Amino acid sequence: MAQKRRIGVYVCYCGGNISDYVNVEEVAEAVRNDPNVEVSKTHMFTCSDAAQQEMIDEIQAEKLDGLVIASCSPKLHMFTFRGMSERANLNQYQYVHVNLREQCSWVHTDDKVGATKKGIHLLRAGIAKCELTVPLNAIRIETKPRVLVVGAGVSGMRAAISLADMGLSVFLIEREAEAGGWALQTGKMGPEAQDGTDVVAKLLQRISQHDNIMLHTSAEVVGKSGSIGDFNVSVRVPGDETISLNVGAIVVTTGFEPYTPQTDEYGWGAPGVIPLKDFRQMLTEADGPLMHNGKPVRDVAFIYCVGSRQTKSESCTEPNSYCSRYCCLATTYTATLLHDLEQKTGQPVNQYHLYRDVRTYGALEPIYEKARTGGAIFLRWDPSDPPQVTPENGQLTVKAKDHLLGGEELEIGADLVVLATGMRPRENDTLNDVLKIPESKDGFYNEIHLKLRPVETMIDGVFIAGTAQGPKTLAESVASSLAAVAKTGGLLMKGYVDLEPLIAKVDTDKCIWCGECLKACPYGAIEKINVGEKEIAFVIESMCKGAGPCVPVCPHDAIEIEGFRDDQIVAMIDASIKELEEK
Amino acid sequence: MKSKEPQPKILVFSTNSISDPGIDLAGGAHMHYSTEVQVVPLPCSSGVKPSWIVHAIKQGFDGVFVAGCGGDCAFLSDCTPRTSALIKQAQDLMKENDISPKRLKMSGICSVCADNFVAHMNNFQNELKKLDANENG
Repeated sequence: MAQKRRIGVYVCYCGGNISDYVNVEEVAEAVRNDPNVEVSKTHMFTCSDAAQQEMIDEIQAEKLDGLVIASCSPKLHMFTFRGMSERANLNQYQYVHVNLREQCSWVHTDDKVGATKKGIHLLRAGIAKCELTVPLNAIRIETKPRVLVVGAGVSGMRAAISLADMGLSVFLIEREAEAGGWALQTGKMGPEAQDGTDVVAKLLQRISQHDNIMLHTSAEVVGKSGSIGDFNVSVRVPGDETISLNVGAIVVTTGFEPYTPQTDEYGWGAPGVIPLKDFRQMLTEADGPLMHNGKPVRDVAFIYCVGSRQTKSESCTEPNSYCSRYCCLATTYTATLLHDLEQKTGQPVNQYHLYRDVRTYGALEPIYEKARTGGAIFLRWDPSDPPQVTPENGQLTVKAKDHLLGGEELEIGADLVVLATGMRPRENDTLNDVLKIPESKDGFYNEIHLKLRPVETMIDGVFIAGTAQGPKTLAESVASSLAAVAKTGGLLMKGYVDLEPLIAKVDTDKCIWCGECLKACPYGAIEKINVGEKEIAFVIESMCKGAGPCVPVCPHDAIEIEGFRDDQIVAMIDASIKELEEK
Repeated sequence: MKSKEPQPKILVFSTNSISDPGIDLAGGAHMHYSTEVQVVPLPCSSGVKPSWIVHAIKQGFDGVFVAGCGGDCAFLSDCTPRTSALIKQAQDLMKENDISPKRLKMSGICSVCADNFVAHMNNFQNELKKLDANENG
């Protein structure tokens, strides 16, 4: 240990949650005379305002240069005490949190002597780490007031408009020749009977009225450099030209791919077996009775959950285990559109809806109600025995066992079999290579936390929204895209961003550049640089996430993560095992 | 859990955003494991150095358990194979140092895997007891 430290140690009673099972006074007493400990005290609640004020006063009066608090899990109060340290003018990265509740008192309620002994070891490990802390500063990056929105479906267009309304410049790019996405093919959408093409047309009009939205179609992201607040993105535009866009943030709204059934899956491939969106097109285009093959359509069977909620089997090796959310709503709404057409044309159509569970959640339950009372027949099948579709002599037969009638077998002759196909993650190999957004096990882009950080990704400054993130209805897509707008605005309107400095650092003496760290880093945060004659690794601060896969692969021990440095971990191990003095 | 005979000491490397919350949850649910289990949190299990594992055993821990991020890792989609490769390296390093590679265990512990973690700790302690009995006898 090079330098004498003045560390303050505080052990929390947590009002009994800790002190009932750990002798906290004994824990504080055990370290009181340790060489670098200046103060060692207990508090009934370290997180209370009064205790925090006392600690702040003490940090200042005793000129403490390190702080260790043994209390609850760091997930609860680490940031509380980091903030408190800053208020006491103590660098927040010289604060160490010791988990004495979730990982000690609460799991050892049957052994106070053992728990107290362990508590002392945990605290000593925290002190050992704190002794080796250095003051660190957050990495401050200036942000550019421009945004790239990738994918001009409804979510992307809606995001672009709202970002532009905030005064940010927006580049909206679309891989297809035309903006609008799948909404162009939905026909009338529930519950307000808005036509998808009208929705798109209105959004396009608003985009054209905005001076600060630049829409590029037939354009694709092909490269990216830089990081949060200051990205340079290369976009290929028509004419095989590549343009470079300098933006502060990226919003990814690349949408979904409709599920394509396998050959013979529910009769797929036979004439008359069509996906829901094609049936919706038929309804949209029908100006008289619904016709198929020159004959009026009398019987339609709808099969739900096609390509959703699958389980692994021989014929389905990579199942989509998730619910696609929109299909029950869209299919029951289709039933009502078909009822409307019946009323208009006087053409009777029998509807059979073969479902697993009807998930018309929220305020959309009345659509299901309307579909049923309008005469559509709903039959529930069990996934162990799904419906069979057999095409014979131009006629389709659907065999299904009605689960609610005790498995009674029904045979339905149908002119059309409509498959409510689910959503799949879109193939975006180029974009995935460039942006490196982590994917969930379902293959959709993954947010950091479903509830707490629902539109942020592990790549700082890159946000996701709409069905690129997972199946959603259009309303849900727009809600998430506006959430991404709020997060993007929050990032860029301030003008700068502060990043955690607990990231990789290279020992320039030890490093002789072998490239192992570069290979280990999934974020492109390592660069080779020359220092005089020598080539060494350089960490791009704003891109490093501080995960540390580069650390164990370095053959020269030349790279480590600040806050989890080699000397700190070794010191923690030593302190964790060191025999306690007998009293 | 309370017992007069000394229990094997286990050092656990957990990860801040995945396995540490799972271990916390065992506390939240007031489950029990031995007081000889101590946790050192890291950002990600792909960053555990084999030298730390060997050091821990040499200093007196009977076993080291790496509570990996598993498939939930927010940093790396291939966190598990990477961590497994490190474990392999660490086991080789242990053999070089005349330490039984059985003193090292790794398993993915998710953020709600409290039961799983407690079961691992109990099993590992039993295995370490047997190992000690064999090595000493």
